[in-house]
Amino acid sequence: MSERIVRPRADQESGGHLLEVRDLFVEFRTRDGVAKVINGVSYHLDAGETLAVLGESGSGKSVTAQAIMGILDSPPGFITGGSIRYRGTDLLTLPEEERRKIRGKHIAMIFQDALSALNPVFPVGWQIGEMLRLREGLSRADARRRAIELMELVKIPAARQRVRDYPHQFSGGMRQRVMIAMALALNPAVLIADEPTTALDVTVQAQIMDLLGELRRELDMAMILITHDLGVVADVADRIAVMYAGRIVEHADVHALYEAPAHPYTRGLLESIPRLDHKGQQLRTIRGLPPNLMRIPSGCPFHPRCPYARQECVDVVPAVHRLGGDRTSACHFAEEVLDGRI
Amino acid sequence: MFRYIVRRLLQMVLAFFGTTLIVYALMFAGQGDPIQALAGERPVSAAQRAYLTEKFHLDQHGVGGFFYRYADYVTNLLRGDLGESLTGRKIGDILAQAWPVTAKLALIGLLVAIIIGVTCGVVAGIRRGGVFDNATLVLTLLVLGVPTIVLAPLAQYLLGVKLSLFPPTAGADPSLYALLLPGIVLGCLSLATALRLTRTSVAENLRSDYVRTAKAKGLPTRRVVGVHVLRNSLIPVITFLGVELGNLMGGAIITEGVFNIPGVGFNLFRAIRTEDGPLVVGLVSVLVVVYLVSNLVVDVLYAVLDPRIRYE
Repeated sequence: MSERIVRPRADQESGGHLLEVRDLFVEFRTRDGVAKVINGVSYHLDAGETLAVLGESGSGKSVTAQAIMGILDSPPGFITGGSIRYRGTDLLTLPEEERRKIRGKHIAMIFQDALSALNPVFPVGWQIGEMLRLREGLSRADARRRAIELMELVKIPAARQRVRDYPHQFSGGMRQRVMIAMALALNPAVLIADEPTTALDVTVQAQIMDLLGELRRELDMAMILITHDLGVVADVADRIAVMYAGRIVEHADVHALYEAPAHPYTRGLLESIPRLDHKGQQLRTIRGLPPNLMRIPSGCPFHPRCPYARQECVDVVPAVHRLGGDRTSACHFAEEVLDGRI
Repeated sequence: MFRYIVRRLLQMVLAFFGTTLIVYALMFAGQGDPIQALAGERPVSAAQRAYLTEKFHLDQHGVGGFFYRYADYVTNLLRGDLGESLTGRKIGDILAQAWPVTAKLALIGLLVAIIIGVTCGVVAGIRRGGVFDNATLVLTLLVLGVPTIVLAPLAQYLLGVKLSLFPPTAGADPSLYALLLPGIVLGCLSLATALRLTRTSVAENLRSDYVRTAKAKGLPTRRVVGVHVLRNSLIPVITFLGVELGNLMGGAIITEGVFNIPGVGFNLFRAIRTEDGPLVVGLVSVLVVVYLVSNLVVDVLYAVLDPRIRYE
């Protein structure tokens, strides 16, 4: 089964997308009720490109990634619909053992807080080498040698000396580099970076983003960059998917989206970026709070916060409007927003 | 680490002198006439009195005299001479007889706690909220709630007398088999605590971020749990078991009493009852050393297990 997956020939079967999430539904069943976390998310990723998934906390961006990886905590999380195709094979129908073999080897993931994401009681070299020993059958010595190479690849100074150090002995930025080295160990085709810079200082953020961009190019990976920071996205991503309340509300090329957003939520996000030429003015924000996922508003879930909301928005769930090419917007007035008429 | 150990050893010296001083003071300061106490109701001849006064330095009075006798005692102790009990037996000999019994008993108890407690704790932690978890929760609550003074005679009566699975009492120079039942009874309390500690620790660690990372690395579940989770979960458990070993080695007065086991606790209890001052002080002094050493070992072990702990 896994042999079939690695063969690129399978690409053709799904229209050439390396990874394609289609109509994904995820809910969290808790004691307090059912939270509809993902409500029909679709996106795709082609080889060698970077897709940014943007959204506030609780918009479902990380949960989608965990569903792709197959590491969703279940219970409480349940995938109730949709498909996740990797090179044409629906991952959701694979037996767990087959899925496990895809993790790390084909699709790897790095996490937000590298300090808690790394095991505190094992040296970093051991943790990087663990995958090589278990998945590739490398000897202890070879795994360490390879771990040092990987640490050098992600530009950790004095890698040879530091391979025996523990996670807490590294700085935040260096720890995230260790995470990246670990994710790259098996040469994955897809790297999912879940808010990789959120826990870091601003200067370190830039270094890590640069490193990720550089490595993606060098190793010819495709990358899904999950973030809530519009500023991080612009330089690295090719396309952006904006998520709100478990839906993709807008999907566009980076430049097109920055030029003219086609959804009021995206527009709100862009306007709430602090700008030097608006110095001294009050920072614009999106009023209100993200919805409670146990009680998602009727119609367009963004309507209680939308400055342009009308009766239609309260009553009818907006369809996904195609705006030419890959571009979509889930707004009743997508064209008007895009043209600036609203 | 080396400096830490040296510092801890120095602290141990202080703790040792402090404890023996207090125990020595408690045992002897309150006594009226130690020589008469020694002889009980019988009259003491002048020659005997003079001999004993000379031997125990009782001619020195007041606080100065007390410290003189204490210094004398400690000097002998450091030479390895624990002195004699009031009944004239060498305390060293009593210990040499009692200690192996207590040590066996303690190890049986600890093994029971490790094998059953930790294993069940891991299973309960993984299946938190399940039938097994709830069953062990109730059982451990029961064990923790029932005092040894009830549990020991109960086990002795049911398993020893009624069902005759084990010898009901151990007696002098007991076999390992005779120590099994008392060992299990003794280990029950540690078992219950170890189980609960392991369960909580495993359940907590299973939710942590590094488990998600380990899964994302494509590791099999048994490795994620067996290596990543277990290694972290056992840190507090091993610390607890180390301290517990120190406690168990100190002898179990009730268990040894009920099952008639001639261990340290048994001797200590008898010494206290018969007001045998030298024996009490001798036994306690050795207990203190055992306890201090086991605590030091636990602390060092803790640093070895958890690289984040560094004693500088």
